[in-house]
Amino acid sequence: MRDLAFFGLAACLLAAAVAVVTAKSLFRAVFALSAALVATAGVYLLLSAPLLAAVQILLYTGGVLTLVVFALVVAGANTEGARWRQPLPAAFMSLAVFVVLAVSARALPAASHVSGLESGKDVGLLLFSDYLVPFELLSVLLLGAVFGALLLARKDRPE
Amino acid sequence: MTLATLLVVAAAVFAIGLFGVLARRHAIGVLLSIELMFNAVNLAIVSIAWSRGLLAGVVLVLFGIAITVAEIAVGLALVLLASRVAKSVILDDLSELKG
Repeated sequence: MRDLAFFGLAACLLAAAVAVVTAKSLFRAVFALSAALVATAGVYLLLSAPLLAAVQILLYTGGVLTLVVFALVVAGANTEGARWRQPLPAAFMSLAVFVVLAVSARALPAASHVSGLESGKDVGLLLFSDYLVPFELLSVLLLGAVFGALLLARKDRPE
Repeated sequence: MTLATLLVVAAAVFAIGLFGVLARRHAIGVLLSIELMFNAVNLAIVSIAWSRGLLAGVVLVLFGIAITVAEIAVGLALVLLASRVAKSVILDDLSELKG
């Protein structure tokens, strides 16, 4: 049952990923990306990380994709002539990368799996004890990103 | 559902995203492909954390997701700026730094 769900989700993920890079219309690519992200959230659920699945759906599928659709509306989606530039070298390159990654993944020793990922409470405790300093630095980074985005995108630029 | 299968799926998604980054001509299409690659990396991290029982992997992915949100916000602001200043979001038209 678990394996069946996993292979279904993996098939959805791969199909959506192909659709992201092949879709003619960028709006379709955005929706394919959202399907891929939701399928990944499903895999996270199978890997007993429900907290990550929730964050994935809330932040990515909710937040980032809204931003992307907004930018598409403003910047214009249909100005794309040909879809790809030099697809053959790109395909060869990514195929080579895939082969190297897959071979090295096969070489990794499979550990007997411990079901230690389940508790969201433990993640919270870890986040606010061992990883407190990176957490606070992250808030500084987010603040900087907000200011940077505002500065870049505003209309009245003093020259 | 073994670690090797999970990692091969992640590698496939990563390679597909790499193709998009290399071949897409629209700047937002490249950003979408970068998201795809990032998602594949997250999947690989969570798979390894799951197989080893490491909770720190989940924390790492949480940090990574927050950083990506910041990256996408700045990247989209750059795209909007390009569409206003250079009147184009096709990457071939934006190659003015070419030597």
